[in-house]
Amino acid sequence: MAKVCIVFDRLRTEEKMLQKTASELGCDAVMLDAKITQINTDSRREDYDIGDIVLERCVSYFRGLHFTACLEFLDMPVLNMFEVANICGNKMLMTMRLKKNNIPTPKTYFSFSSDGAVKNLEKVGFPLVIKPVIGSWGRGVMPIRDRDTMEAAFEIRDITDSPHDRIYYLQELVKRPPRDIRVITIGDEAVAAMYRKSSGGFKTNIALGADPEICEITKDIEDMATKASKAMGGGILGVDMMEDQDRGLVVHEVNNTVEFKGLARVAKRDIPKEMIKFALDYIRK
Amino acid sequence: MNCPECDATINIQDDASVGEIVSCPDCGADFEIAKKDGSNIELKQAETVGEDWGE
Repeated sequence: MAKVCIVFDRLRTEEKMLQKTASELGCDAVMLDAKITQINTDSRREDYDIGDIVLERCVSYFRGLHFTACLEFLDMPVLNMFEVANICGNKMLMTMRLKKNNIPTPKTYFSFSSDGAVKNLEKVGFPLVIKPVIGSWGRGVMPIRDRDTMEAAFEIRDITDSPHDRIYYLQELVKRPPRDIRVITIGDEAVAAMYRKSSGGFKTNIALGADPEICEITKDIEDMATKASKAMGGGILGVDMMEDQDRGLVVHEVNNTVEFKGLARVAKRDIPKEMIKFALDYIRK
Repeated sequence: MNCPECDATINIQDDASVGEIVSCPDCGADFEIAKKDGSNIELKQAETVGEDWGE
């Protein structure tokens, strides 16, 4: 009997749904808390009860990424692979990967100090959206519409000065309806999608209270999600796209540890079941 | 189970698992279930939201 290991650092509804589904599908499911697991350079795969395949589900990106590296060091197959997690977790790397693969994505400007970012903004003009290269749930994302906002945003970064604060990721403000589209892809296939409607402000993150609504997967959405998933290296992903009024769909983000509890309640397909089935097929290949 | 912060009662479901987060209804503090052996439950302070948390 195949055994699926679900790695977590905060046991959420999603991880419990995956565990329950794995059992229902007749395979063993083992839960592994990354916070209390130790690995060393002499460790071997058989030292751990981690089964045949790991679903990495840590809420902390860096913890999950480094834990994935450790598991791959033990020759353990992990979804998603380190390379995929590494690219998706960093907005700058992800954006460049999308562009390199000819996937429509908002125009984005990179600079490496606040002075460089000021010059970039002066050249391009307002508005632009500033986003931290690492981070999620809309944290630190804000539209910069004027000089005062720019100076305030950059000053805060200069004061906090964490390593990633020195990387400035400024993106065009896409002309779109007050919503975006989240597509869950499993093995490059779009299995469910939802509109995420802004709850009055600029951001459309569900974590911030945006209103989810089921979205029909059109051929365009399906094609775009598949292309984006393939560009990242596949696995289980959350592809975010906006409906640009001139260009049509543009992909602005691909998420590595996709949250799905809201969508799972309304989706036609059983999302955790598709995930577990994909994991089981993955080890058979 | 009593809240380690304010001593209020925290109701923990029978099917709760290790790693799950429970909140105190009175003071709002979050705790992680560190150990669970039948009705013997150990709580530890839950981690706070980090800069790298999310999807």
